[in-house]
Amino acid sequence: MSVDKATVAKIASLARIQMDDAALEQMVPELNGILQWVEQLSEVDVTGIAPMAAVIPNTLRLRDDVIDADPLTGGGRQGDVLANAPAAEHGFFGVPKVIE
Amino acid sequence: MTDLTNLGVKDIRDGVAKGDFTAREVASAFNAAVADAAALNAFIVTTPDYALAAADAVDSKRAAGEPLGAMAGVPIGMKDLFATDGVQTTAASHILEGFTPRYESTVSQKLWDAGAGMLGKLNLDQFAMGSSNETSYFGNVASPWKKAGSNAAMSPGGSSGGSSSAVAARIAPAATGTDTGGSIRQPAAFTGICGIKPTYGRCSRWGVVAFASSLDQAGPMARSVEDCAIMLGAMAGFDPKDSTSLDMPVPDWEAALNSDLRGKKVGIPREYRMEGTDQAILDSWEQGKVWLKDAGAEIVDVSLPHTKYALPAYYIVAPAEASSNLARYDGVRYGLRDLPDGSGLQDMYAATRAAGFGDEVKRRILIGTYVLSAGFYDAYYTQAQKVRALVARDFERAFEQCDVILAPTTPTASFPLGSMNEDPLTMYLNDVFAVPASLAGLPAMSVPATINADGLPLGLQLVGRPFDEQSVLNAGLAIQQRADFTAKPDKWW
Repeated sequence: MSVDKATVAKIASLARIQMDDAALEQMVPELNGILQWVEQLSEVDVTGIAPMAAVIPNTLRLRDDVIDADPLTGGGRQGDVLANAPAAEHGFFGVPKVIE
Repeated sequence: MTDLTNLGVKDIRDGVAKGDFTAREVASAFNAAVADAAALNAFIVTTPDYALAAADAVDSKRAAGEPLGAMAGVPIGMKDLFATDGVQTTAASHILEGFTPRYESTVSQKLWDAGAGMLGKLNLDQFAMGSSNETSYFGNVASPWKKAGSNAAMSPGGSSGGSSSAVAARIAPAATGTDTGGSIRQPAAFTGICGIKPTYGRCSRWGVVAFASSLDQAGPMARSVEDCAIMLGAMAGFDPKDSTSLDMPVPDWEAALNSDLRGKKVGIPREYRMEGTDQAILDSWEQGKVWLKDAGAEIVDVSLPHTKYALPAYYIVAPAEASSNLARYDGVRYGLRDLPDGSGLQDMYAATRAAGFGDEVKRRILIGTYVLSAGFYDAYYTQAQKVRALVARDFERAFEQCDVILAPTTPTASFPLGSMNEDPLTMYLNDVFAVPASLAGLPAMSVPATINADGLPLGLQLVGRPFDEQSVLNAGLAIQQRADFTAKPDKWW
């Protein structure tokens, strides 16, 4: 399978990365090179093989059903959470006006 | 007094404990070496005050007769992928430039708790995506090594290139690394140092900037196997804040180090004899077998039939996970925001990500987005995860016949910066020997073997069963004792 410029533009839009024409033109052969190379995976016989879900068998744990069980990841840290926000306003993340 | 910057983790820890020198003297010596090595560009930020404060704390503890930690008095470099409270954490990207975490990653916290200090945040490939340390927003890192007869700046490998450069240049006795598809082992091999990626889940991923979560694993980089064993012990351990953390005890790897390999079987995977591998690398592999045999091991041939498919599978799985992980960089919660005049939310996302990510990061996000998109998911992603299961099964079967696997770490020695940029694929091939163990989550280490005709280091790789870091370290120690790798780069920086 290979991609053309329109497809790369579509992927870039899905990935929310703005790309101008020149950037798209440059990306097309690079992505095609990689995609053609990974194509060789289709020659592997995977009959009866389940896709890997966990590399090392592990059980999925549940944390204790307690508020703020871990002080580092619990609540009450609004200031820390907002400290690096580009536009924190009134205790919230500020974003441009959204009009649909 | 000997130059303190020539000492490694064990010698510093023991020397401080015995009172041969103070932790402050050690930290001062390394701070000075770091300040003198700006030409390597190994650090994005230096934190001499942090190193001194940690050292002073150790010296006071010792004066008070309190017990000292496993890393007491050892100043280290911290790969700038670990969140450090109050110190900028960038993943070498523009999008996180200026990001100052309000929390500490589990692994770095464990190291500070063990008495280590921080010399600074080490440069790396942007978001750990790269094999040469040429994708950092903060510039290339240079290896301290030079090719004989050439003045060209050489690659320290990647993505942990700041770590490998700093440790090889002796401006840090040890450094943290992270390995997603070879990012500890390949730079270690390129710079003549040791580095181990433990079993997936040994080291907590909490507070480590995510690249590909099913593969990312932290580990130590240092100049000896003993130093790696000590530092890994300080980094590893169960963490409830990481859902894939291994809930099992951390063995005392240092205490159990033993290079007597009698009764052990070392597997030589025949599929690792690949076209394009340097003759010098193949020769060092042969030499490695002789060394391990000399240590008492039996050498057996093993087969890992899906080896050639590991790298293409990796270049589907890792970008897929990266495209998902890196969706968080949106200009809303932290990091860069690019808000062109009059633009809305969607435009802001796209402009922010266009300005904040480098070319290699964008390439991988696009590949990942494509292989996960409707209509292609099964053909690419599901197929890759099935192939990954086969790669893991190959190892399982091989480990029915051997205890540890010996292979080259890389197909070539280091190359000059800027010499491999014409095609992303040629760069990817650097990790052809490293990626299979990553896909299978296995512990794997690179140890220096020899110097090639150009005067550049070559590494050998050891891969072990899940949870069996000890066999990897023990075989590494056996090689270290026989390789007697004492070559040092000449100081030019």
